[in-house]
Amino acid sequence: MKTAVITFPASNCNRDAAIALEKVTGVKPEMVWHRESEIPADVSFVVLPGGFSYGDYLRCGAMASRSPIVKDLVEKANKGLAVAGFCNGFQVLTEAGLLPGALIRNKGLKFVCRPEKLKITNSNSRYTTNYGMTTDVIFPVAHHDGNYYADDETLNKLEKQGQVVFRYAENPNGSARDIAGICNEAGNVFGMMPHPERAIDPLHGGTDGLGLFKSIIESI
Amino acid sequence: MNIKTKITAEIVKEHGLSEEEYEIILDRLGREPNINELGIFSVMWSEHCSYKSSRRHLGKFLTKGDRVIQGPGENAGVIDIDDGDAIIFKMESHNHPSFIEPYQGAATGIGGIMRDVFTMGARPIALMNALRFGEPSHWKTKQLVNGVVAGIGGYGNCVGVPTVGGETNFHKGYNGNILVNAMCVGLADADNVFYSAAKGVGNPIFYVGSKTGRDGIHGATMASAEFDDDSEEKRPTVQVGDPFTEKLLIEACLELMATDAIIAIQDMGAAGLTSSSIEMADKGGVGISLNLDKVPQREDGMTAYEMMLSESQERMLMVIQPGKEKLAYDIFEKWELDVALIGKTTDTGRLVLRHNRKKVCDIPIAPLADDAPNLDRPYEIPASLPIIDASEVHETQDYDDALVRIMGSPDIASKRWIWEQYDRHVMADTVDSSQSGGDAAIVRIHGKNKAVAITTDCTPRYVQADPYMGGKQCVAETWRNLTCVGADPIAITDCLNFGNPERPEIMGQFVGAIEGMNEACRAFDYPVVSGNVSLYNETNGAAIPPTPAVGGVGLIPDLDYFVTLTGAKDGDTLIMIGDTQGWLGSSIYLREILRREEGAPPPVDLEAEKRNGDYVRKLIRNKRVNAVHDCSDGGLAVAACEMAFAGNIGLHLSRAIECPTHAWLFGEDQARYLVAVEENSVNPVISTAKAKGVSAQIVGKIGGDRIKADDGFDVSLAGLRKKHEAFLPELMS
Repeated sequence: MKTAVITFPASNCNRDAAIALEKVTGVKPEMVWHRESEIPADVSFVVLPGGFSYGDYLRCGAMASRSPIVKDLVEKANKGLAVAGFCNGFQVLTEAGLLPGALIRNKGLKFVCRPEKLKITNSNSRYTTNYGMTTDVIFPVAHHDGNYYADDETLNKLEKQGQVVFRYAENPNGSARDIAGICNEAGNVFGMMPHPERAIDPLHGGTDGLGLFKSIIESI
Repeated sequence: MNIKTKITAEIVKEHGLSEEEYEIILDRLGREPNINELGIFSVMWSEHCSYKSSRRHLGKFLTKGDRVIQGPGENAGVIDIDDGDAIIFKMESHNHPSFIEPYQGAATGIGGIMRDVFTMGARPIALMNALRFGEPSHWKTKQLVNGVVAGIGGYGNCVGVPTVGGETNFHKGYNGNILVNAMCVGLADADNVFYSAAKGVGNPIFYVGSKTGRDGIHGATMASAEFDDDSEEKRPTVQVGDPFTEKLLIEACLELMATDAIIAIQDMGAAGLTSSSIEMADKGGVGISLNLDKVPQREDGMTAYEMMLSESQERMLMVIQPGKEKLAYDIFEKWELDVALIGKTTDTGRLVLRHNRKKVCDIPIAPLADDAPNLDRPYEIPASLPIIDASEVHETQDYDDALVRIMGSPDIASKRWIWEQYDRHVMADTVDSSQSGGDAAIVRIHGKNKAVAITTDCTPRYVQADPYMGGKQCVAETWRNLTCVGADPIAITDCLNFGNPERPEIMGQFVGAIEGMNEACRAFDYPVVSGNVSLYNETNGAAIPPTPAVGGVGLIPDLDYFVTLTGAKDGDTLIMIGDTQGWLGSSIYLREILRREEGAPPPVDLEAEKRNGDYVRKLIRNKRVNAVHDCSDGGLAVAACEMAFAGNIGLHLSRAIECPTHAWLFGEDQARYLVAVEENSVNPVISTAKAKGVSAQIVGKIGGDRIKADDGFDVSLAGLRKKHEAFLPELMS
């Protein structure tokens, strides 16, 4: 199965995402440059990696969400292409309108990097089925602007429709209702601030991240 | 300042040049320099660029070894770690700018040290930092900690290189001059290392990266003078960092380096375009001609003087293979970086600058480097402070209180508040970092089952008490820390931070420390491959404690064999490798409990260090130990508590030697390792040690949820952890 990782200027988890995808699919993903205009047609899962696209000098993810490749990504995602954004990738997805809400400055106003326990709040999503009976996972977080914000109506809707996929056990950034990861209504687009791609090797201190990649790959 | 500026004695002085130095310039030029030429001489001959006070002493260091590919003299040191891989690393100071403008000073320090490493063809894979702040109660400390930590994180996190470890001390000796030392470690192909020597005649010189602005003019000169009450006014000499551009520069340079287009490459660090062009020309034995009109500029109307002395960040200079210009242009345009062909190499041996179609500088290059002052400053190596016997040191009546105070004291307390602001896992090869509180960070070589171990260490109070012994200790502690994780120590970089070298007692600290360091390097076959000297760390005549920070790098050849301090298990026996006498001179106990900063530091027996360390490494390779921790600041008690915190399990220390309890628990004897071993390994570990002449005694047992010691403390692990974690959050709240 073919997968792809989009690289923006100052993406910095693109290599990490590629390794995770290769580990799960057995095939190296396509590395797609932000100036390209089309996601290759045979790609069935796309990752928007973490990093500081365009330095985060403007609102995080805002510049990247206007790049040529994201235009094509939005079209294909709306037709059902599986797309996941981690950290900066999640910010890009909200800026591009593929996911609701926004990521604002952490409540503590500081960058925070630590392993974080997450609760799987929807184990039937396309990104969590592989976890089976597992209810908790540990993924590292590393961000300055990971405080998930949306109005109450949106939050209620997200909860009601099972779009809240992960919550923090101990909220590190002030996110509304401890939300760590969400998907769109159709379930094909997913974003989270924590880094599953940094939890795929025993030497990382854990392999909890593998289940997320396996889930979405198995669902395709 | 422009070309018409008349050179007066006052202007010469303002440029930090002595009368004798100006005489040399007049002699070499055979005429008066113009203002551009004067500016160029002044930065090249500044302490910061010329190492004029330190050069003759740095020459004493061991710099060669089986694994050394490149020692001091290039942008960074290069070592061989087998399989065609090379590690490129260096540590550098950004003290003066960080005191004046903490965020940008620290951020640009990180940017600068990363450029030194990727300039040589390495992808940066790890950052470390060694920070020294004033006493916590000083009014400036909180703001400086805040700014420096945010600056380091803001830059490193954005570029996407993990900050994996470091050390932070607080002492009133740094109230007027903080130290921000940053280290970068990069990974390269051993047969594709890049150097700065420009070669050939008529080859194109490219400028790549950020535009040149008016920031940082005379930064190198600032870093070569003491501070006074008006230092705040020097803020405009501090540069502003742009990590986004740095990230693009790394990727673009590495992409171009994968082709054969680059002849020579040099980053524009201190003294910007001046030092980069002169160093490239001097090393290659060629001349350089530049057209400054072609330099990408951030603002209009910049003079040649400003362009040559600007320290705008994120800029590189390279000599490109003729015919490869388009290839270079294409790659830099892909990464949306400014690129310009600004000159060529020549056979004149001169630096010729043109601006507005006029020649504005024409000077021979050799004297700038060869005739740079090389001073033999008078020095007096201070004698060691007198030895204090443990029996003369007051014994606390309340060990619980003493332990809690020490574990919560500024230097020993958890630095979580700091390292949680650093991305420690980006690149997904971090095996161990500050997170465990371990002795050395461990970073895997991408795609392979081996790793580098990295540490930075210095114990300034020891160096203050005895520069020679303290210098030895700094090197020995890095060697020990690398050993603790199972690495073979390979080489070091250093950052020598001292006061005003014009004072013989400061120069004596410098010389004494170097002699001690060098002796340790030679005993361990552990060469210095790169480094930096930062002098004039003084304010109103008060110098910092002498602080020769050492960054050590080692190789873990097989990741199936390494340990950290986290692995201690219930029922494990604690064994002390190395001899305990109970040395309390210059100890943490003396300083934190009795408020005394005195006494000779613990002696460093290099033969015992080597013997004990080699044995511990063997135990790790034979999988005989579950956890290892170096005994350093605070002695056995602190090492044991840190091991208990990391493993989240209690322990009980049992008396093994005859000496006063406070000396047994808090003595800082060197060459010691605390190891946790399973029951069935206890006898083999002790008997083999005996056979090798290594001292090994049982000192306790792992288990329970309390920290206990015979005749000493008995506190809960959770309660102690709370105190240990409290210091920084309380200070910074």
